[in-house]
Parts: sequence; C-alpha cells; structure tokens
Amino acid sequence: MADDLFKALADPTRRTILDELTEKSGQTLFEICSRLSMKHQLGISRQGVSQHLAVLEAAGLVETRREGRYKFHDLNTTPLRHITERWPVPDTPGPEKSTS
Amino acid sequence: MKIHLTSVFVDDQAKAERFYTEILGFVKKHDVPLGETDRWLTVVSPHEPAGTELLLEPAGHPAVKPYRDALVQDGIPLAQFAVDDVQAEYARLRGLGVHFTQEPLEMGPVTTAVFDDTCGNLIQIATEPK
Repeated sequence: MADDLFKALADPTRRTILDELTEKSGQTLFEICSRLSMKHQLGISRQGVSQHLAVLEAAGLVETRREGRYKFHDLNTTPLRHITERWPVPDTPGPEKSTS
Repeated sequence: MKIHLTSVFVDDQAKAERFYTEILGFVKKHDVPLGETDRWLTVVSPHEPAGTELLLEPAGHPAVKPYRDALVQDGIPLAQFAVDDVQAEYARLRGLGVHFTQEPLEMGPVTTAVFDDTCGNLIQIATEPK
C-alpha cells in the first residue's frame, strides 16, 4: 500500500488532480479533464486521465462512487498518514502560535 | 455550409418537449408525426427563432442506450448551449429541480456547468468567451 502511495504522489499530473479534488470533492471524469485542460493547460487525453485516476485509486487517495447513472470521484487523504507514521512530524506549537 | 439542425436522442419525446420548452425555455418549431409514435420535433431558442434547430430524436435504436449510458457515467455532455450567465441559469434551473453533475466552474474566460436533461443526456451550459 505504501509503495502505491509514493508512486501515486510522484507524478505532477496526479498531484494536480489531487489539488483539484481538494478544491471540490465529487467530480465526474469530464469535470476532472476540463479542469486539467482549462485551468492547467495540460493536454492530456481522457484515457490518460483515467489511467492516472486508476493509480490514485489503487493508492486509496481517490474513491469512486456511483450515484444512479453517474460516477463521481472523491478525495481520501487518509493514506497520507503512512507518511507521518513512517517519518513523524515534530509536534507543532499550539494553534495560537501556528503560522501558515 | 452552416449548421441548420443538430440533435439529441431523447427517451420520451413528450417528456422531452416539456423539459426543453417549460424548463429550459426553448420554443417548439416543428412537430410532424412520423410513423405510429415518433415525431419530427424540433425546438429553437426564443432569441433566435430562425437559428439552429435542435431535433429531439427518439432514442429507440439499440446502439443509443449503451452509447449514452457510457457518456453519462463519465459526465460527458452530449450538447452545449450558450447562456449569458451560468451562475444565474444554474440557480434558476436548480430552483426548478434540475440535477447538476457539475456545478458552475470558472475556467479562465469560460464558465461551464453540466446538468441532466431527464431524457437520457447530460447538457453543458457555458458562457461565450469574450
């Protein structure tokens, strides 16, 4: 599972897909393709996007959901915990002091 | 050459006539009986009565269902219509119970949204790029 995660995150297009699903979860393949081409000028075929989504799904970062005749893709960031469990992040200061 | 007519397949022409006129606001242009149940049923924009006609074509051919089902599953619209304000049209259609598979999305100069026409198709509305 962890290997799938790192492989999925290694590709910039897949990271862009995750960015767009962070902005709005629950997108059709058509919407994801539209966002990649119109917002990011990524000239990538629908089949190519499908293959990227399959890699993200294998890593557990994307989940698909059927709703009647439609199919939507949702973001699931839970697998990212593998990263901080393997390489723990130091405790951050209290929320008042945190800067971002 | 110019585009005089384009078509979408619809499950039920009577239902499609209601949706495309009462909900979307198109105007019926031709309605000619063909065979026992089918009609040559076209609508036009009220803003362009002499403009491109949209044929609401019966979806009875066996190739239509698998073709449309596969497109709907991936959210791919079968037709695109231009509107002045996608957000306003989205709000208006939502108020009439129309189901959207893609909410208004700003992509540079264009805003788009995608809804279900209740007759088997997804339709995209978009602002015309300035």
